[in-house]
Amino acid sequence: MEDFTPITSLIGGIFIGLSASMMILFNGRIAGISGILGGIADAHKSDVSWRVAFFAGLVLSPFVYMLFSEPFAAKLTVPDLQIVIAGLLVGIGSRYGSGCTSGHGVCGIARMSKRSIVATAVFMTAGIATVYVTHHMG
Amino acid sequence: MFKKNLSALFAGLVFGIGLILSGMTNPAKVINFLDIFGDWDPSLMFVMIGAIGVSFFAFRKASGLSLSLIKEQMQLPTAKEIDLPLITGSVLFGVGWGLVGLCPGPAMASIVTGGFEVLLFVVAMLIGMAIYRLLKR
Repeated sequence: MEDFTPITSLIGGIFIGLSASMMILFNGRIAGISGILGGIADAHKSDVSWRVAFFAGLVLSPFVYMLFSEPFAAKLTVPDLQIVIAGLLVGIGSRYGSGCTSGHGVCGIARMSKRSIVATAVFMTAGIATVYVTHHMG
Repeated sequence: MFKKNLSALFAGLVFGIGLILSGMTNPAKVINFLDIFGDWDPSLMFVMIGAIGVSFFAFRKASGLSLSLIKEQMQLPTAKEIDLPLITGSVLFGVGWGLVGLCPGPAMASIVTGGFEVLLFVVAMLIGMAIYRLLKR
């Protein structure tokens, strides 16, 4: 387990927690990525710009990160078809289930919402089962 | 209007840096986190501990506010019921997450650095969200 990084992961988590705190205390909003993104299409006109601003920050964050530390790059090594299926499932599922890792897994649990605790348990279990099937079977 | 956009921009930036630092934007690390029957890497549990530990206090404070600190409407979720959409949606989401190790936040934070594959994932995710919206009508 040479890749065990409890400290940097904890610090990263604290950053995410600070961001979620800012969003709720200043904007009065849940920092749920799928909700902020998926809600753009049906949002009232006055409700669009902050969503775009949030994503501008999110998309630009790697550049700020690179000012202080070495560049990073997410690398996906699975077949394109698997990427497309995964993207579709993540898109439909996060909207249908009213949230993803951020909205349910962080904000929802921090609010002690029963729905979010159940949702997090369900998607973690589904994720674990999927990795088991794709990595340890067949 | 300006204040809430500025605050959202900054929050997005901090969120993204947190995702990168934590390892959430590394799909291989996410897969190892979900691989509890293999070479399990529990690091990402610490992301939740840090994030929930900090925001818990913010949400406690927020529940007593009628307006936000910059006078915005507080919009906390009101749904309480554990219903079928919540469960079904979470199952679909979890399967998609486990298939490649990306969820919406890290995908968006990697969109300029992750090359064609991440772009493909984000496009498929947006199409998925659009399909949900069509089906809901």
